[in-house]
Amino acid sequence: MGAEDRRRHFLRPVVHLLCLLPLLWLAVQGTLGGLGANPIEAAVRFLGDWALRLLVVALAVTPLRKLAGLPELARYRRMAGLWAFAYASLHVSAYVVLDQFFDWATIGHEIIKHKFITAGMAAYTLLVPLAVTSTEGMLRRLGGRRWRRLHRLVYLAGPLAALHYVWMVKADIRQPLVYAALLVAMLAYRAVSALRQKEAAIQSR
Amino acid sequence: MIIRQAPDLHGSEITPRSAYVSRRGLMVGALALAALPSTVRRAEAALPNVAKSPFVLDDKRTPLEDITHYNNFYEFGMDKDQPAKRAPGRLRTRPWTVRVEGECGKPGTFDVDDFIRRSALEERVYRHRCVEAWSMVIPWVGVPLGPVLQRFDPNSRARFVAFQTLFDPQQMPEESSRLIYPWPYTEGLRIDEAMNPLAFLAVGLYGDILAPQNGAPIRLVTPWKYGFKSIKSIVSIRFVEQQPPTLWNTVAPSEYGFYSNVNPTVDHPRWSQAKERRIGEFFRRPTLMFNGYGEQVAGLYTGMDLKKYF
Ligand code: HEM
Repeated sequence: MGAEDRRRHFLRPVVHLLCLLPLLWLAVQGTLGGLGANPIEAAVRFLGDWALRLLVVALAVTPLRKLAGLPELARYRRMAGLWAFAYASLHVSAYVVLDQFFDWATIGHEIIKHKFITAGMAAYTLLVPLAVTSTEGMLRRLGGRRWRRLHRLVYLAGPLAALHYVWMVKADIRQPLVYAALLVAMLAYRAVSALRQKEAAIQSR
Repeated sequence: MIIRQAPDLHGSEITPRSAYVSRRGLMVGALALAALPSTVRRAEAALPNVAKSPFVLDDKRTPLEDITHYNNFYEFGMDKDQPAKRAPGRLRTRPWTVRVEGECGKPGTFDVDDFIRRSALEERVYRHRCVEAWSMVIPWVGVPLGPVLQRFDPNSRARFVAFQTLFDPQQMPEESSRLIYPWPYTEGLRIDEAMNPLAFLAVGLYGDILAPQNGAPIRLVTPWKYGFKSIKSIVSIRFVEQQPPTLWNTVAPSEYGFYSNVNPTVDHPRWSQAKERRIGEFFRRPTLMFNGYGEQVAGLYTGMDLKKYF
């Protein structure tokens, strides 16, 4: 085993553990009664925050990898993406089970009538096929090209999740705008590098 | 209607302290210790001679710990735990004077401590329904608003009453930026709403003076309206002819109407108002029209389209 491999084997569990920490914190606070007077609202929000943060992290991997010249970062993109999906799933479950307690009539009403929930639902719906096709087997079955094209859905899911947050807030949207700005910056980076690649391809013809 | 008539008015019936020593405070020892000094201070300030009023809800009261640590008081921060952290050290609640002026024969000011000494205080246990679809049951101490207003002799042009919170960014840190909110906080009632027997000026909670984060030293309580109408830390009351601007209605008119009566059939643009979570309960409960106070206030709105005047 080379030094490179050893580092990878050491880092993987560390990154997993880091992603697990917020959930552990939530579980501990939840049992100790540390979530305040409205623990359900606190849990829904906390899980939503981490879903969005990890989504931003997953999207930041590629620009960081290229800008900082750290090719080994690529491995952690899928990890961050799957953890973002895990937190999003817990966030949605907390909403359905704890907040609404399977009141499907109200949930349906909110998805249709209230655009902040509609946007969250749309973001989550887009994340599901990405999570399902995240395995090596699915990558092989789909083929790299189609797989990459499918996974571009994340560029839609990210902004929708940010929009979900912007629309949730009463008046002071500074915090959700920070997320939106980060997402826009990363999308812009990708758009610019895609354009450059195209130009380079044309010139080399 | 769950309001029950209280046959006799003994002070000893007032919600005892033991009833609100919170389960959470006991569970988390460190928190309980941290809360101790302020509890002792508050005990010294307990309000004397508080009478029971007919407006006492039978529901289980929300623990003081929750009422004092889950607050929307944006002058001290947007998160609900911030007012409890930031208001006590900053807000100087004594001495405190309230100005009453505008369309009235006897404008003037009153000192809150004088006011408390001279008033026949009563306890009212009201439902409190926040526009964010959570609710509490709160034992307020104070006096009905109407008779207080009458003392200043409002004239026939006094069609509305405008209220204003303290403006002092030194004491209320978020007031230092008017980028998003046009501080100071303002609220308003139609004069007949203000004169309704349910409208209440609170100076206390659970038999003690109000904690700073709850709007000390004096605040409005209008239990049939969403919580944000119950303006906190009042310094000015003005009788006016035109409907006065109010903070939330100015910031987001499509979301917060001037009336903002609790109404389960009119959704907030971002969520349904049909149900609410009572703090401390798991299942949401149905929200009641006028928060269950229709018997007292529905008459104020006969003939009005409550979907239009939300
Ligand atoms: C069916 C899908 C979804 C539903 C029903 C949903 C529902 C909710 C609800 C009810 C809230 C809290 C509102 C409140 O407490 O007032 C919320 C907040 C939030 N959600 Fe979602 N959500 C969904 C999907 C998502 C997704 C996919 C993400 C991110 C990847 C996300 C991120 C957030 C964030 C960041 C917040 C704000 C948290 C805060 O206030 O700190 N949500 N969502």
